[in-house]
Amino acid sequence: MSNVPSDWEVVIGLEVHVQLHTRAKVFASSPWGFGQEPNEQVDPVVLGLPGTLPVVNREAVEKSILFGLVVGASVPERCAWDRKNYFYPDNPKNYQLTQKDFPVVVGGQVEIELPGASRNVMGEHKFIRIHHAHLEEDVGKLSHAGSGSLVDYNRAGVPLLEIVTEPDLRSAAEAEAFLRSLVAMLTQAGVADCDMEKGQLRCDCNVSVRRRGAEKLGTRTETKNLNSISSVRDTVIYETARQIRELEAGRAITQETRGWNAELARGYVLRDKEDAHDYRYFPDPDIPTLRLSRETVARLAKQVPENLYDRQRRYVEKLGLPYTAASVLVNDRALAEWFEAAVAAHPANPSGIANLVANDLLRDLAASAGAAGAFDEAAPAPVSLASCPIKPAQLAGLVKLTDDGVISKQQAKEVFAEMFKTGQDAAAIVDAKGLRQNSDTGELEKIVQEVIADPAVAKSIAEYRAGNEKAINALKGPIMKRTQGKANPGLIDQLLRKALG
Amino acid sequence: MADALHTLAAAELGRRLAAGALTSRALCGALLARYQAVNDKVGAFTHLDQADVLAQADASDARRQAGQGRGPLEGIPVAIKDNIAVKGQPLTCSSKMLAPLVSPYDSHVAERLRAAGAILYGRLNMDEFAMGSSTENSAIRKTLNPWDLARIPGGSSGGSAAALASGLVPLALGSDTGGSIRQPASHCGVVGLKPTYGLISRFGLVAFASSLDQIGPMARSVEDCELLLNALASADARDMTCFGPSDRTLTPGGDAQKLRIGIPKGFLGKGVAPEVAAAVKAAVEFYRAQGCAISEVELPSADLAVPTYYVVATAEASSNLGRYDGVRYGHRSATAGTPFEMMTASRSEGFGPEVKRRILLGTFVLSAGYADAYYVRALRARAKIRAEYLAALAGVDVLLTPTVPTPAFKVGEKASDPLQLYLEDIFTIPANLAGLPAISVPCGKSGHLPVGFHLVGAPLSEAKLLAAGRLFETAHGYAHQQPAL
Repeated sequence: MSNVPSDWEVVIGLEVHVQLHTRAKVFASSPWGFGQEPNEQVDPVVLGLPGTLPVVNREAVEKSILFGLVVGASVPERCAWDRKNYFYPDNPKNYQLTQKDFPVVVGGQVEIELPGASRNVMGEHKFIRIHHAHLEEDVGKLSHAGSGSLVDYNRAGVPLLEIVTEPDLRSAAEAEAFLRSLVAMLTQAGVADCDMEKGQLRCDCNVSVRRRGAEKLGTRTETKNLNSISSVRDTVIYETARQIRELEAGRAITQETRGWNAELARGYVLRDKEDAHDYRYFPDPDIPTLRLSRETVARLAKQVPENLYDRQRRYVEKLGLPYTAASVLVNDRALAEWFEAAVAAHPANPSGIANLVANDLLRDLAASAGAAGAFDEAAPAPVSLASCPIKPAQLAGLVKLTDDGVISKQQAKEVFAEMFKTGQDAAAIVDAKGLRQNSDTGELEKIVQEVIADPAVAKSIAEYRAGNEKAINALKGPIMKRTQGKANPGLIDQLLRKALG
Repeated sequence: MADALHTLAAAELGRRLAAGALTSRALCGALLARYQAVNDKVGAFTHLDQADVLAQADASDARRQAGQGRGPLEGIPVAIKDNIAVKGQPLTCSSKMLAPLVSPYDSHVAERLRAAGAILYGRLNMDEFAMGSSTENSAIRKTLNPWDLARIPGGSSGGSAAALASGLVPLALGSDTGGSIRQPASHCGVVGLKPTYGLISRFGLVAFASSLDQIGPMARSVEDCELLLNALASADARDMTCFGPSDRTLTPGGDAQKLRIGIPKGFLGKGVAPEVAAAVKAAVEFYRAQGCAISEVELPSADLAVPTYYVVATAEASSNLGRYDGVRYGHRSATAGTPFEMMTASRSEGFGPEVKRRILLGTFVLSAGYADAYYVRALRARAKIRAEYLAALAGVDVLLTPTVPTPAFKVGEKASDPLQLYLEDIFTIPANLAGLPAISVPCGKSGHLPVGFHLVGAPLSEAKLLAAGRLFETAHGYAHQQPAL
């Protein structure tokens, strides 16, 4: 982690570009997706052929509004698009349609959770304000091959929501926590998939430093096009150290645009302020101002899922879950909903269910999928519950069998493994394997009497009576042996104490 | 009578085709013969695929034979300005920048014409990217005025107007950003209508200035113009600025003899040639005699129209023409180098001087530090002009002026003076800035050169303009007059 000298403060603002989860491109009917042959996902509009016109994709607008509702932003009455003019071969029209003056999302905030002192301890929570988010089109990809340049327009026109924060972040850890939280919110609401390996989330990172207590912000630099959470974290650490070093050496910070080389773990200057583009923004005459109907907003509001941390608080406070289990469950909406379905089937023991879900189920799902961390190398990979052989009610059934003393906790692990393999109900497995515990008090009392009458255990009985609690365990082995291990351990303990009492 | 087919109106051709007295094959054959005889003199067309025309004609005749005729345009050729996309045909905008391009898709209007059974008949010359008022800015060829081959036909739809006037085709499509349909219509003695902004889809019209551009019908009579307009106007979800099905109700034409006609104060004064003023005043007197109420109206911001137009139009054009860079299609410079060097060289080689002038002007008025002084102020002026026109049109049905202050000038006469040339559009530009429908109707001659008058109406009042035009046309002999070639 960074070691920022205590008399310095770092101020960070992020611009996060997220590809929205839509069927078609943002201003064209062409579909889009990852891994296609170059220039397969294009049409006359995407290629900017003469005479073509943009048509706003309603789905992209609605996903953007949904994001706004997720972060508690106000949804404006109208939004509009502007042209950002610049020449680049990957830009089919040599202007990009974006929203300068009337973005689709204004305001809002994202709750973040910082790492705690240990894995079992919840860290500090903070709110990071969103300045606005605007809906724009992605550009193609230029690559250089041999003596020439090649351009692939598959990505051109993919809907991009650019989410701009206020300069509220104060450390690399906060930047990292913000992105984790943002990704969870975007994916849980179905707004975006945020797969960084596919370039679905890219970040521009603004960093400045100032003396602690100073009101005026320092000169900032912007590092562009960071494509992983670790790159953002490393950039903040690098840029903070560099700026402090410069200022302490009596040099000024230049307002500049920078790039990041992840392999060398260092930044470099792309262009300084003097080279800044004049984008000649003006309102796009092809797209009339869009009125955002209150009916649409109300309909979308119903799709907003429970906030990640509201859910976590509910699990800990209402369901009595340990923080560790709660924090794992809430990261994945499908997993949390799966858990809640199981709790609904057996409301008496949420912690018991959470334990099995957060540990055994996740472990086995990950092992069967061979899943690698897709969007965030440090976070657990999202698992596919669609292919999960166990249904929530079945897991609830297993926990209930344990709670009712039908099987032991140890046996429950064995039954769980069988359920995961076969998809059978817990009760069926317990019966088929003959795992049902013997809880017949009369029969067990008889066995207890036989065992304590055996001279071989007289020494242990004496020790127990002398106050050595643990000595009682030596009597349990022979009882288990006589019952082929099926005796209810709790009941035996109870009967033994009574008999020796 | 086959040799006279080229003089007939589309409406009459339609009646003969419907009656079985004429086939589309015979009509197209006669027009192709006319093309062989006349096009090299006039230079209206830049491309005509004769085999394709005859194949379309045969298909139309077969449909009609089978009782599957598609309507009043079935079998009738419509020629198309070279900035409107027709699948499989060149789309050059008369520019070297696009010269090798063949459109892979149909514009909305091309689809409409096919659905109406029309023959999509060749590509018409124009000022490069529709920038100009004389068609002298075409990089492909010269187009001359059929009434005087030493003179310009007007522009930018000069090929459309010249083709109609010389009997090359009965119907044509033009596009109008500041007068590009109406000004050449006036200079060539034909009828041209610029519809209300949003009435006809711009999908497939190569953009010059998106907030001003409209496709419109051109013909030798008002009646034919209406016929073509009816085929073109429909909702299109591919153009967000095109009226939706519920917003496109046209105002009924009503009784043309009861129209209230406004004459803008000062519009017949300074700068208007005496013969033009006389012809237009005669038209006003005609309407007065018919019973129309004539009154004078004030348009105090009219002087702002030309400068406002040249800021708004060039700003949009500088952005619209950014896409022509040699990367994906069109002219690519043979100069080797980086992608940026290739793009720069392609644009430098591909665009003509007037297009470059407007791109530079538009880039300037949008630049940081200048946008507020030029572009933003021009938007305010535009809003003011629109408000004044709408206010004036609340009190009258139409505004009547000359279409162009002077008759067609000689080729090369104004080539060195762009500002003088820009004044050609002084009467036509406000309708584009305000999004209003307007029509130019022939009303006489200045010497041997045609003169037209100009009517502007409230949004969606096309039927009133057409009714007024037909009243005049029916009483006068200007429709279908054709020059000797």
